[in-house]
Amino acid sequence: MKIIPASDSSLLVVFGEAISTEVEELVLALFHALQARHDDRIRNLHPGYVSLLVDFDPLAVTRQEVGTIIESAVHTGQSAASIDPEVVAIPVCYDAEFGPDRADVAAHTGLSIDEVIRMHSSATYRVCFLGFTAGFAYLGGMPEALHTPRLATPRRAVAAGSVGIAGGQTGIYPTETPGGWRLIGRTPLRMFDPQADPPTRVQAGDRVRFSSIDRIRFEKLVQGHS
Amino acid sequence: MTIRVVKPGLLTTVQDLGRFGYAHLGISPAGAADGLSLRVANLLVGNAESAAALEMTLLGATLEFDELSVVAVCGATCECKLDGVAILQNVAVEVSSRSVLQCGRTTDGARCYLAVQGGFDVPWVMGSASTDIRGRFGGHQGRRLQAGDVVRVRKANQTRTRRMRADAFDVLQRTGPIRVTRGAQNDWFTADAFARFLTTTYTVSEQSDRAGLRLKGEAISTRDAKQLLTDGIPLGAIQVPQGGQPIILFVDQQTTGGYPKIANVIAADMHRIGQLRPRDEVRFNKVSMADAIEAVRAQERWLKDIFIAA
Repeated sequence: MKIIPASDSSLLVVFGEAISTEVEELVLALFHALQARHDDRIRNLHPGYVSLLVDFDPLAVTRQEVGTIIESAVHTGQSAASIDPEVVAIPVCYDAEFGPDRADVAAHTGLSIDEVIRMHSSATYRVCFLGFTAGFAYLGGMPEALHTPRLATPRRAVAAGSVGIAGGQTGIYPTETPGGWRLIGRTPLRMFDPQADPPTRVQAGDRVRFSSIDRIRFEKLVQGHS
Repeated sequence: MTIRVVKPGLLTTVQDLGRFGYAHLGISPAGAADGLSLRVANLLVGNAESAAALEMTLLGATLEFDELSVVAVCGATCECKLDGVAILQNVAVEVSSRSVLQCGRTTDGARCYLAVQGGFDVPWVMGSASTDIRGRFGGHQGRRLQAGDVVRVRKANQTRTRRMRADAFDVLQRTGPIRVTRGAQNDWFTADAFARFLTTTYTVSEQSDRAGLRLKGEAISTRDAKQLLTDGIPLGAIQVPQGGQPIILFVDQQTTGGYPKIANVIAADMHRIGQLRPRDEVRFNKVSMADAIEAVRAQERWLKDIFIAA
Protein backbone atom coordinates (compact mmCIF):
# COMPACT_ATOMS: atom_id res chain seq x y z
CA MET A 1 0.00 0.00 0.00
CA LYS A 2 1.22 3.46 -0.95
CA ILE A 3 -0.21 6.79 0.21
CA ILE A 4 0.30 9.57 -2.34
CA PRO A 5 -0.67 13.21 -1.80
CA ALA A 6 -3.09 13.99 -4.66
CA SER A 7 -3.83 17.60 -3.68
CA ASP A 8 -3.63 19.78 -0.57
CA SER A 9 -6.98 18.27 0.42
CA SER A 10 -6.66 14.63 -0.57
CA LEU A 11 -4.59 11.47 -0.33
CA LEU A 12 -4.64 8.64 -2.85
CA VAL A 13 -4.20 5.22 -1.25
CA VAL A 14 -2.91 2.81 -3.90
CA PHE A 15 -3.11 -0.95 -3.28
CA GLY A 16 -1.73 -2.36 -6.51
CA GLU A 17 -0.85 -1.88 -10.15
CA ALA A 18 -3.32 -4.22 -11.81
CA ILE A 19 -7.02 -5.06 -11.43
CA SER A 20 -7.63 -8.13 -9.30
CA THR A 21 -10.30 -9.26 -6.90
CA GLU A 22 -7.73 -9.17 -4.04
CA VAL A 23 -6.91 -5.52 -4.71
CA GLU A 24 -10.61 -4.65 -5.11
CA GLU A 25 -11.28 -6.18 -1.70
CA LEU A 26 -8.49 -4.14 -0.08
CA VAL A 27 -9.90 -0.94 -1.60
CA LEU A 28 -13.41 -1.73 -0.41
CA ALA A 29 -12.27 -2.81 3.06
CA LEU A 30 -10.58 0.55 3.59
CA PHE A 31 -13.55 2.38 2.08
CA HIS A 32 -15.99 0.67 4.45
CA ALA A 33 -13.71 1.10 7.47
CA LEU A 34 -13.35 4.84 6.82
CA GLN A 35 -17.06 5.25 6.13
CA ALA A 36 -17.89 3.53 9.41
CA ARG A 37 -15.92 6.19 11.30
CA HIS A 38 -18.34 8.97 10.29
CA ASP A 39 -15.48 11.44 10.64
CA ASP A 40 -16.81 14.67 9.16
CA ARG A 41 -13.30 16.00 8.60
CA ILE A 42 -13.17 13.46 5.78
CA ARG A 43 -15.45 14.88 3.11
CA ASN A 44 -15.50 12.30 0.35
CA LEU A 45 -14.24 8.82 -0.48
CA HIS A 46 -13.70 7.84 -4.11
CA PRO A 47 -12.97 4.12 -4.59
CA GLY A 48 -11.32 3.18 -7.91
CA TYR A 49 -10.07 -0.08 -9.42
CA VAL A 50 -6.86 -0.22 -7.35
CA SER A 51 -7.05 2.86 -5.14
CA LEU A 52 -9.13 4.93 -2.75
CA LEU A 53 -9.04 8.72 -2.90
CA VAL A 54 -9.61 10.25 0.54
CA ASP A 55 -10.73 13.86 0.35
CA PHE A 56 -10.50 15.87 3.57
CA ASP A 57 -11.09 19.39 4.87
CA PRO A 58 -7.58 20.89 5.05
CA LEU A 59 -8.75 23.45 7.62
CA ALA A 60 -10.01 20.76 9.98
CA VAL A 61 -7.35 18.08 9.76
CA THR A 62 -3.76 17.74 8.56
CA ARG A 63 -2.50 15.40 5.85
CA GLN A 64 -0.40 13.62 8.47
CA GLU A 65 -3.43 13.02 10.70
CA VAL A 66 -5.43 11.65 7.76
CA GLY A 67 -2.49 9.36 6.97
CA THR A 68 -2.65 7.99 10.52
CA ILE A 69 -6.43 7.52 10.28
CA ILE A 70 -5.94 5.59 7.01
CA GLU A 71 -3.23 3.36 8.52
CA SER A 72 -5.42 2.43 11.45
CA ALA A 73 -8.50 1.93 9.22
CA VAL A 74 -6.51 -0.43 7.01
CA HIS A 75 -6.07 -2.70 10.05
CA THR A 76 -9.70 -2.65 11.17
CA GLY A 77 -10.81 -2.91 7.52
CA GLN A 78 -8.88 -6.09 6.78
CA SER A 79 -10.25 -7.92 9.77
CA ALA A 80 -13.83 -7.05 8.83
CA ALA A 81 -13.58 -7.69 5.09
CA SER A 82 -15.38 -11.01 4.92
CA ILE A 83 -18.99 -9.77 4.82
CA ASP A 84 -21.27 -11.57 2.37
CA PRO A 85 -21.89 -9.27 -0.56
CA GLU A 86 -25.41 -8.27 -1.55
CA VAL A 87 -26.57 -9.80 -4.85
CA VAL A 88 -28.71 -7.34 -6.80
CA ALA A 89 -30.92 -8.72 -9.57
CA ILE A 90 -31.33 -6.37 -12.52
CA PRO A 91 -33.98 -7.27 -15.09
CA VAL A 92 -33.00 -6.28 -18.62
CA CYS A 93 -35.06 -6.27 -21.79
CA TYR A 94 -32.62 -7.16 -24.57
CA ASP A 95 -35.07 -6.32 -27.43
CA ALA A 96 -33.63 -4.72 -30.56
CA GLU A 97 -35.35 -1.43 -29.77
CA PHE A 98 -33.42 -1.10 -26.49
CA GLY A 99 -30.27 -2.78 -27.78
CA PRO A 100 -29.49 -1.07 -31.08
CA ASP A 101 -25.89 -2.35 -30.98
CA ARG A 102 -26.76 -6.02 -30.27
CA ALA A 103 -25.94 -6.96 -33.85
CA ASP A 104 -22.57 -5.12 -33.71
CA VAL A 105 -21.61 -7.03 -30.56
CA ALA A 106 -22.67 -10.30 -32.17
CA ALA A 107 -20.70 -9.50 -35.34
CA HIS A 108 -17.60 -8.46 -33.39
CA THR A 109 -17.62 -11.45 -31.05
CA GLY A 110 -18.71 -14.03 -33.60
CA LEU A 111 -21.62 -15.03 -31.36
CA SER A 112 -25.30 -15.05 -32.23
CA ILE A 113 -27.51 -12.37 -30.68
CA ASP A 114 -29.13 -15.03 -28.50
CA GLU A 115 -25.70 -16.17 -27.27
CA VAL A 116 -24.72 -12.59 -26.47
CA ILE A 117 -27.88 -12.20 -24.38
CA ARG A 118 -27.47 -15.57 -22.70
CA MET A 119 -23.83 -14.93 -21.79
CA HIS A 120 -24.45 -11.40 -20.60
CA SER A 121 -27.33 -12.49 -18.39
CA SER A 122 -25.67 -15.58 -16.93
CA ALA A 123 -22.52 -14.02 -15.45
CA THR A 124 -22.23 -12.60 -11.93
CA TYR A 125 -20.65 -9.17 -11.90
CA ARG A 126 -18.79 -7.36 -9.14
CA VAL A 127 -19.55 -3.68 -8.52
CA CYS A 128 -15.94 -2.45 -8.36
CA PHE A 129 -16.97 1.13 -7.63
CA LEU A 130 -19.39 3.86 -8.70
CA GLY A 131 -18.08 6.88 -10.52
CA PHE A 132 -18.07 9.01 -13.62
CA THR A 133 -21.66 10.14 -13.08
CA ALA A 134 -24.28 9.76 -10.33
CA GLY A 135 -25.07 6.08 -9.83
CA PHE A 136 -22.85 4.73 -12.62
CA ALA A 137 -21.45 1.34 -11.57
CA TYR A 138 -18.18 -0.04 -12.92
CA LEU A 139 -18.84 -3.76 -13.18
CA GLY A 140 -16.12 -6.37 -13.25
CA GLY A 141 -16.50 -9.92 -14.44
CA MET A 142 -17.90 -9.74 -17.97
CA PRO A 143 -17.06 -12.90 -19.95
CA GLU A 144 -14.12 -12.25 -22.24
CA ALA A 145 -16.06 -13.52 -25.26
CA LEU A 146 -18.31 -10.44 -25.03
CA HIS A 147 -15.53 -7.83 -25.17
CA THR A 148 -16.40 -5.27 -27.87
CA PRO A 149 -14.85 -1.84 -28.42
CA ARG A 150 -16.98 1.23 -27.78
CA LEU A 151 -18.58 3.21 -30.62
CA ALA A 152 -16.26 5.36 -32.74
CA THR A 153 -18.66 8.29 -32.30
CA PRO A 154 -20.58 8.52 -29.02
CA ARG A 155 -24.35 9.03 -29.13
CA ARG A 156 -25.56 12.45 -28.09
CA ALA A 157 -28.17 10.95 -25.79
CA VAL A 158 -28.42 7.49 -24.28
CA ALA A 159 -31.67 6.72 -22.43
CA ALA A 160 -31.57 6.10 -18.69
CA GLY A 161 -31.43 2.38 -17.91
CA SER A 162 -29.53 1.49 -21.08
CA VAL A 163 -27.15 -1.44 -20.67
CA GLY A 164 -23.97 -1.28 -22.68
CA ILE A 165 -20.59 -2.83 -23.37
CA ALA A 166 -17.29 -0.95 -23.78
CA GLY A 167 -14.19 -3.08 -24.19
CA GLY A 168 -14.15 -5.46 -21.23
CA GLN A 169 -16.63 -3.43 -19.24
CA THR A 170 -20.39 -3.54 -18.99
CA GLY A 171 -22.63 -1.07 -17.24
CA ILE A 172 -25.96 0.70 -16.97
CA TYR A 173 -26.54 4.36 -17.74
CA PRO A 174 -28.37 5.65 -14.63
CA THR A 175 -29.51 8.91 -16.25
CA GLU A 176 -29.83 10.12 -19.80
CA THR A 177 -26.37 11.26 -20.89
CA PRO A 178 -24.22 11.24 -24.01
CA GLY A 179 -22.33 7.96 -24.26
CA GLY A 180 -20.24 5.72 -26.47
CA TRP A 181 -20.97 2.24 -25.11
CA ARG A 182 -22.53 -0.43 -27.35
CA LEU A 183 -26.12 -0.72 -26.19
CA ILE A 184 -27.55 -4.22 -25.86
CA GLY A 185 -30.61 -3.70 -23.68
CA ARG A 186 -32.40 -1.62 -21.08
CA THR A 187 -33.49 -2.09 -17.48
CA PRO A 188 -36.83 -0.72 -16.32
CA LEU A 189 -35.38 -0.10 -12.85
CA ARG A 190 -34.30 3.33 -11.71
CA MET A 191 -30.61 3.00 -10.96
CA PHE A 192 -30.38 6.48 -9.45
CA ASP A 193 -33.05 8.30 -7.46
CA PRO A 194 -31.81 11.41 -5.65
CA GLN A 195 -34.78 11.26 -3.24
CA ALA A 196 -34.18 7.66 -2.19
CA ASP A 197 -31.91 6.53 0.63
CA PRO A 198 -29.52 5.25 -0.56
CA PRO A 199 -29.92 7.12 -3.86
CA THR A 200 -28.32 4.36 -5.93
CA ARG A 201 -29.62 0.84 -6.46
CA VAL A 202 -26.18 -0.74 -6.22
CA GLN A 203 -23.19 -0.01 -4.00
CA ALA A 204 -19.50 -0.71 -4.37
CA GLY A 205 -18.88 -4.32 -3.34
CA ASP A 206 -22.33 -5.62 -4.37
CA ARG A 207 -22.76 -8.41 -6.90
CA VAL A 208 -25.03 -7.90 -9.90
CA ARG A 209 -26.89 -10.45 -12.03
CA PHE A 210 -28.85 -9.50 -15.12
CA SER A 211 -32.00 -11.41 -15.99
CA SER A 212 -33.55 -11.33 -19.44
CA ILE A 213 -37.16 -10.08 -19.47
CA ASP A 214 -39.63 -9.52 -22.30
CA ARG A 215 -41.20 -6.27 -23.36
CA ILE A 216 -44.45 -6.86 -21.43
CA ARG A 217 -42.62 -7.44 -18.17
CA PHE A 218 -40.45 -4.39 -18.91
CA GLU A 219 -43.51 -2.15 -19.26
CA LYS A 220 -45.06 -3.59 -16.09
CA LEU A 221 -41.91 -2.88 -14.10
CA VAL A 222 -41.63 0.65 -15.53
CA GLN A 223 -45.17 1.33 -14.30
CA GLY A 224 -44.40 -0.23 -10.95
CA HIS A 225 -41.54 2.16 -10.40
CA SER A 226 -42.99 5.42 -11.72
CA MET B 1 -41.21 35.84 0.39
CA THR B 2 -40.62 34.94 -3.25
CA ILE B 3 -38.52 36.11 -6.15
CA ARG B 4 -39.81 35.85 -9.72
CA VAL B 5 -37.36 35.29 -12.53
CA VAL B 6 -38.07 37.85 -15.25
CA LYS B 7 -35.00 36.93 -17.31
CA PRO B 8 -32.80 34.01 -16.29
CA GLY B 9 -29.48 35.24 -17.71
CA LEU B 10 -27.12 32.78 -19.36
CA LEU B 11 -26.85 30.13 -16.64
CA THR B 12 -28.30 30.90 -13.23
CA THR B 13 -28.52 28.18 -10.60
CA VAL B 14 -29.13 27.85 -6.87
CA GLN B 15 -25.88 26.83 -5.16
CA ASP B 16 -24.42 26.58 -1.69
CA LEU B 17 -20.99 25.30 -0.64
CA GLY B 18 -21.55 21.88 -2.18
CA ARG B 19 -22.64 18.33 -1.55
CA PHE B 20 -20.08 16.19 0.22
CA GLY B 21 -20.08 12.58 1.30
CA TYR B 22 -21.54 11.04 -1.87
CA ALA B 23 -18.54 10.80 -4.19
CA HIS B 24 -18.57 7.00 -3.76
CA LEU B 25 -21.97 7.02 -5.48
CA GLY B 26 -20.59 9.05 -8.39
CA ILE B 27 -22.02 12.32 -7.10
CA SER B 28 -19.84 15.38 -7.57
CA PRO B 29 -19.81 18.21 -5.03
CA ALA B 30 -21.48 20.84 -7.28
CA GLY B 31 -21.77 24.03 -5.19
CA ALA B 32 -20.61 27.55 -5.99
CA ALA B 33 -17.79 27.70 -8.53
CA ASP B 34 -16.46 30.66 -6.53
CA GLY B 35 -17.35 29.60 -3.02
CA LEU B 36 -15.49 32.53 -1.49
CA SER B 37 -17.76 35.08 -3.20
CA LEU B 38 -20.85 33.14 -2.17
CA ARG B 39 -19.66 33.18 1.44
CA VAL B 40 -18.94 36.93 1.36
CA ALA B 41 -22.36 37.65 -0.20
CA ASN B 42 -24.14 35.61 2.47
CA LEU B 43 -22.19 37.20 5.33
CA LEU B 44 -22.97 40.71 4.04
CA VAL B 45 -26.72 40.12 4.26
CA GLY B 46 -26.39 38.46 7.66
CA ASN B 47 -26.87 34.85 6.52
CA ALA B 48 -24.87 31.84 7.53
CA GLU B 49 -22.00 31.74 5.04
CA SER B 50 -23.22 28.47 3.55
CA ALA B 51 -26.80 29.61 2.80
CA ALA B 52 -28.18 28.93 -0.67
CA ALA B 53 -27.64 31.81 -3.11
CA LEU B 54 -27.84 32.34 -6.86
CA GLU B 55 -24.84 31.79 -9.07
CA MET B 56 -25.10 33.80 -12.29
CA THR B 57 -22.79 33.10 -15.22
CA LEU B 58 -21.44 35.73 -17.68
CA LEU B 59 -24.85 37.38 -18.02
CA GLY B 60 -26.88 37.99 -14.87
CA ALA B 61 -30.59 37.52 -14.23
CA THR B 62 -33.44 40.01 -13.89
CA LEU B 63 -35.46 39.32 -10.77
CA GLU B 64 -38.61 40.75 -9.20
CA PHE B 65 -38.98 40.78 -5.41
CA ASP B 66 -42.45 40.51 -3.88
CA GLU B 67 -41.45 41.81 -0.46
CA LEU B 68 -38.99 44.09 1.25
CA SER B 69 -35.63 42.34 1.34
CA VAL B 70 -31.87 42.76 1.66
CA VAL B 71 -29.51 41.48 -1.03
CA ALA B 72 -25.80 41.53 -1.86
CA VAL B 73 -24.08 40.84 -5.18
CA CYS B 74 -20.47 39.62 -5.01
CA GLY B 75 -17.95 37.95 -7.28
CA ALA B 76 -17.28 39.20 -10.79
CA THR B 77 -18.04 42.84 -11.50
CA CYS B 78 -21.34 43.23 -13.32
CA GLU B 79 -23.56 46.25 -13.76
CA CYS B 80 -26.47 45.84 -11.35
CA LYS B 81 -29.53 48.07 -11.46
CA LEU B 82 -32.31 48.23 -8.94
CA ASP B 83 -35.41 49.70 -10.61
CA GLY B 84 -33.11 51.21 -13.20
CA VAL B 85 -30.67 52.80 -10.75
CA ALA B 86 -27.12 51.43 -10.48
CA ILE B 87 -26.28 49.77 -7.15
CA LEU B 88 -22.95 48.81 -5.64
CA GLN B 89 -21.62 45.30 -5.31
CA ASN B 90 -20.11 43.89 -2.11
CA VAL B 91 -22.57 45.78 0.10
CA ALA B 92 -25.93 44.85 1.57
CA VAL B 93 -28.65 46.68 -0.36
CA GLU B 94 -32.27 47.06 0.70
CA VAL B 95 -34.80 46.05 -1.94
CA SER B 96 -38.39 47.16 -1.64
CA SER B 97 -41.50 45.21 -2.52
CA ARG B 98 -42.12 44.90 -6.30
CA SER B 99 -38.62 46.12 -7.16
CA VAL B 100 -36.74 44.67 -10.08
CA LEU B 101 -33.05 43.85 -9.82
CA GLN B 102 -31.27 43.60 -13.13
CA CYS B 103 -27.80 42.05 -13.21
CA GLY B 104 -25.81 42.67 -16.38
CA ARG B 105 -22.83 41.16 -18.11
CA THR B 106 -19.81 40.26 -15.98
CA THR B 107 -16.76 42.28 -16.97
CA ASP B 108 -13.80 40.89 -15.01
CA GLY B 109 -14.75 37.32 -14.25
CA ALA B 110 -17.26 34.60 -15.07
CA ARG B 111 -19.68 34.53 -12.16
CA CYS B 112 -21.46 36.71 -9.68
CA TYR B 113 -23.45 35.65 -6.65
CA LEU B 114 -26.70 37.04 -5.33
CA ALA B 115 -27.41 36.38 -1.68
CA VAL B 116 -30.78 37.30 -0.19
CA GLN B 117 -31.34 37.72 3.52
CA GLY B 118 -32.77 34.46 4.81
CA GLY B 119 -31.30 32.40 1.97
CA PHE B 120 -33.07 30.64 -0.91
CA ASP B 121 -35.56 28.05 0.18
CA VAL B 122 -35.12 24.94 -1.94
CA PRO B 123 -35.35 21.34 -0.75
CA TRP B 124 -32.12 19.84 0.49
CA VAL B 125 -31.03 16.84 -1.47
CA MET B 126 -28.27 14.76 0.11
CA GLY B 127 -27.44 17.51 2.54
CA SER B 128 -27.14 20.38 0.08
CA ALA B 129 -29.19 22.97 -1.80
CA SER B 130 -26.78 22.94 -4.74
CA THR B 131 -28.04 22.27 -8.25
CA ASP B 132 -26.51 19.18 -9.85
CA ILE B 133 -27.11 20.08 -13.49
CA ARG B 134 -26.04 16.77 -15.01
CA GLY B 135 -27.82 14.64 -12.41
CA ARG B 136 -30.90 16.92 -12.61
CA PHE B 137 -31.44 17.24 -8.89
CA GLY B 138 -30.94 19.78 -6.12
CA GLY B 139 -31.42 23.53 -6.39
CA HIS B 140 -34.62 24.71 -8.05
CA GLN B 141 -36.18 21.59 -9.62
CA GLY B 142 -32.75 20.23 -10.47
CA ARG B 143 -32.13 22.72 -13.24
CA ARG B 144 -31.04 26.22 -14.21
CA LEU B 145 -33.57 28.98 -13.62
CA GLN B 146 -35.98 29.88 -16.41
CA ALA B 147 -38.12 32.95 -17.04
CA GLY B 148 -41.29 32.75 -14.95
CA ASP B 149 -39.78 30.60 -12.19
CA VAL B 150 -40.75 31.64 -8.69
CA VAL B 151 -38.12 30.88 -6.07
CA ARG B 152 -38.88 31.07 -2.35
CA VAL B 153 -36.69 32.81 0.19
CA ARG B 154 -36.61 31.75 3.84
CA LYS B 155 -37.69 34.16 6.51
CA ALA B 156 -34.57 35.63 8.06
CA ASN B 157 -34.22 34.91 11.77
CA GLN B 158 -32.15 38.03 12.20
CA THR B 159 -31.81 41.14 10.06
CA ARG B 160 -28.39 42.49 11.00
CA THR B 161 -26.26 43.07 7.94
CA ARG B 162 -22.48 43.41 7.73
CA ARG B 163 -20.16 45.88 6.06
CA MET B 164 -16.86 45.09 4.43
CA ARG B 165 -13.62 47.07 4.53
CA ALA B 166 -13.15 49.09 1.33
CA ASP B 167 -9.70 47.61 0.78
CA ALA B 168 -10.76 44.02 1.52
CA PHE B 169 -10.10 42.72 -1.98
CA ASP B 170 -6.73 44.48 -2.32
CA VAL B 171 -5.07 41.93 -0.08
CA LEU B 172 -6.78 38.89 -1.58
CA GLN B 173 -4.60 37.37 -4.27
CA ARG B 174 -6.69 37.32 -7.43
CA THR B 175 -4.12 37.81 -10.19
CA GLY B 176 -0.92 36.07 -11.24
CA PRO B 177 -0.39 32.37 -11.84
CA ILE B 178 -2.82 29.85 -10.35
CA ARG B 179 -1.03 27.95 -7.60
CA VAL B 180 -0.84 24.18 -7.92
CA THR B 181 0.68 21.24 -6.10
CA ARG B 182 1.87 18.04 -7.77
CA GLY B 183 -0.93 15.74 -8.95
CA ALA B 184 -1.24 12.07 -8.04
CA GLN B 185 0.41 10.97 -11.31
CA ASN B 186 2.93 13.81 -11.53
CA ASP B 187 5.71 11.21 -11.83
CA TRP B 188 4.16 9.94 -15.07
CA PHE B 189 5.52 13.11 -16.66
CA THR B 190 9.19 13.94 -17.18
CA ALA B 191 10.70 16.89 -15.31
CA ASP B 192 10.85 18.65 -18.68
CA ALA B 193 7.17 18.06 -19.38
CA PHE B 194 6.20 19.39 -15.94
CA ALA B 195 8.49 22.41 -16.44
CA ARG B 196 6.82 23.06 -19.80
CA PHE B 197 3.41 22.85 -18.13
CA LEU B 198 4.53 25.46 -15.60
CA THR B 199 5.97 27.88 -18.18
CA THR B 200 3.16 27.69 -20.75
CA THR B 201 0.47 30.33 -20.94
CA TYR B 202 -2.75 28.41 -21.57
CA THR B 203 -6.00 29.76 -22.96
CA VAL B 204 -9.33 28.67 -21.48
CA SER B 205 -11.29 27.03 -24.30
CA GLU B 206 -14.91 27.79 -25.21
CA GLN B 207 -15.73 24.17 -24.31
CA SER B 208 -15.44 24.85 -20.61
CA ASP B 209 -18.11 24.57 -17.97
CA ARG B 210 -18.55 23.81 -14.27
CA ALA B 211 -17.42 20.22 -14.86
CA GLY B 212 -14.12 21.10 -16.46
CA LEU B 213 -12.08 23.87 -18.00
CA ARG B 214 -10.34 22.75 -21.15
CA LEU B 215 -7.05 24.53 -21.77
CA LYS B 216 -5.31 25.22 -25.07
CA GLY B 217 -1.55 25.60 -25.33
CA GLU B 218 1.62 23.58 -25.35
CA ALA B 219 0.77 19.86 -25.44
CA ILE B 220 2.16 17.77 -22.58
CA SER B 221 2.74 14.06 -22.87
CA THR B 222 3.45 11.33 -20.35
CA ARG B 223 6.76 9.46 -20.16
CA ASP B 224 5.29 6.34 -21.77
CA ALA B 225 1.94 5.28 -23.14
CA LYS B 226 0.73 3.32 -20.10
CA GLN B 227 -2.96 3.55 -19.29
CA LEU B 228 -4.23 4.71 -15.94
CA LEU B 229 -6.74 2.47 -14.20
CA THR B 230 -9.75 4.67 -13.44
CA ASP B 231 -9.25 6.36 -10.07
CA GLY B 232 -10.75 9.10 -7.93
CA ILE B 233 -10.45 12.73 -9.02
CA PRO B 234 -9.87 15.43 -6.43
CA LEU B 235 -11.49 18.83 -6.92
CA GLY B 236 -9.25 21.03 -9.08
CA ALA B 237 -7.24 18.15 -10.51
CA ILE B 238 -5.49 18.95 -13.78
CA GLN B 239 -5.63 15.89 -15.99
CA VAL B 240 -3.83 15.39 -19.27
CA PRO B 241 -5.69 13.28 -21.84
CA GLN B 242 -3.98 11.73 -24.87
CA GLY B 243 -4.10 14.93 -26.91
CA GLY B 244 -1.90 16.61 -24.28
CA GLN B 245 -4.18 19.61 -23.67
CA PRO B 246 -4.80 19.83 -19.91
CA ILE B 247 -8.27 19.95 -18.34
CA ILE B 248 -8.99 21.43 -14.90
CA LEU B 249 -11.70 19.31 -13.32
CA PHE B 250 -14.09 21.41 -11.35
CA VAL B 251 -17.17 21.43 -9.10
CA ASP B 252 -19.46 19.43 -11.43
CA GLN B 253 -16.63 17.04 -12.34
CA GLN B 254 -16.87 13.32 -12.79
CA THR B 255 -15.84 11.64 -9.53
CA THR B 256 -13.51 9.14 -11.21
CA GLY B 257 -11.52 9.20 -14.43
CA GLY B 258 -8.82 7.50 -16.42
CA TYR B 259 -6.34 10.23 -17.33
CA PRO B 260 -3.14 11.01 -15.41
CA LYS B 261 -3.24 14.09 -13.22
CA ILE B 262 -0.15 16.26 -13.48
CA ALA B 263 -1.07 18.91 -10.91
CA ASN B 264 -3.87 20.10 -8.64
CA VAL B 265 -5.13 23.62 -7.99
CA ILE B 266 -4.65 24.55 -4.32
CA ALA B 267 -7.76 25.01 -2.18
CA ALA B 268 -7.06 28.73 -1.72
CA ASP B 269 -7.13 29.36 -5.50
CA MET B 270 -10.26 27.33 -6.29
CA HIS B 271 -12.39 30.51 -6.26
CA ARG B 272 -10.21 31.94 -9.03
CA ILE B 273 -10.93 28.94 -11.26
CA GLY B 274 -14.62 29.76 -10.84
CA GLN B 275 -13.97 33.20 -12.29
CA LEU B 276 -12.07 32.10 -15.42
CA ARG B 277 -13.85 32.86 -18.66
CA PRO B 278 -13.47 31.35 -22.13
CA ARG B 279 -10.43 32.91 -23.87
CA ASP B 280 -8.85 33.99 -20.55
CA GLU B 281 -5.15 33.23 -20.26
CA VAL B 282 -3.90 31.18 -17.36
CA ARG B 283 -0.51 30.11 -16.02
CA PHE B 284 0.43 27.81 -13.19
CA ASN B 285 2.94 28.11 -10.39
CA LYS B 286 3.98 25.11 -8.29
CA VAL B 287 3.94 25.56 -4.53
CA SER B 288 4.69 23.18 -1.66
CA MET B 289 1.94 21.44 0.30
CA ALA B 290 2.91 23.52 3.34
CA ASP B 291 2.49 26.75 1.35
CA ALA B 292 -0.83 25.54 -0.01
CA ILE B 293 -2.13 24.88 3.50
CA GLU B 294 -0.83 28.22 4.76
CA ALA B 295 -2.60 29.94 1.83
CA VAL B 296 -5.98 28.43 2.66
CA ARG B 297 -5.57 29.27 6.33
CA ALA B 298 -4.63 32.86 5.40
CA GLN B 299 -7.76 33.06 3.28
CA GLU B 300 -9.90 32.05 6.25
CA ARG B 301 -8.22 34.72 8.37
CA TRP B 302 -8.91 37.23 5.57
CA LEU B 303 -12.58 36.30 5.55
CA LYS B 304 -12.86 36.81 9.31
CA ASP B 305 -11.03 40.10 9.11
CA ILE B 306 -12.82 41.95 6.29
CA PHE B 307 -16.04 42.85 8.08
CA ILE B 308 -16.43 46.03 10.12
CA ALA B 309 -18.75 46.08 13.07
CA ALA B 310 -21.92 47.83 11.86
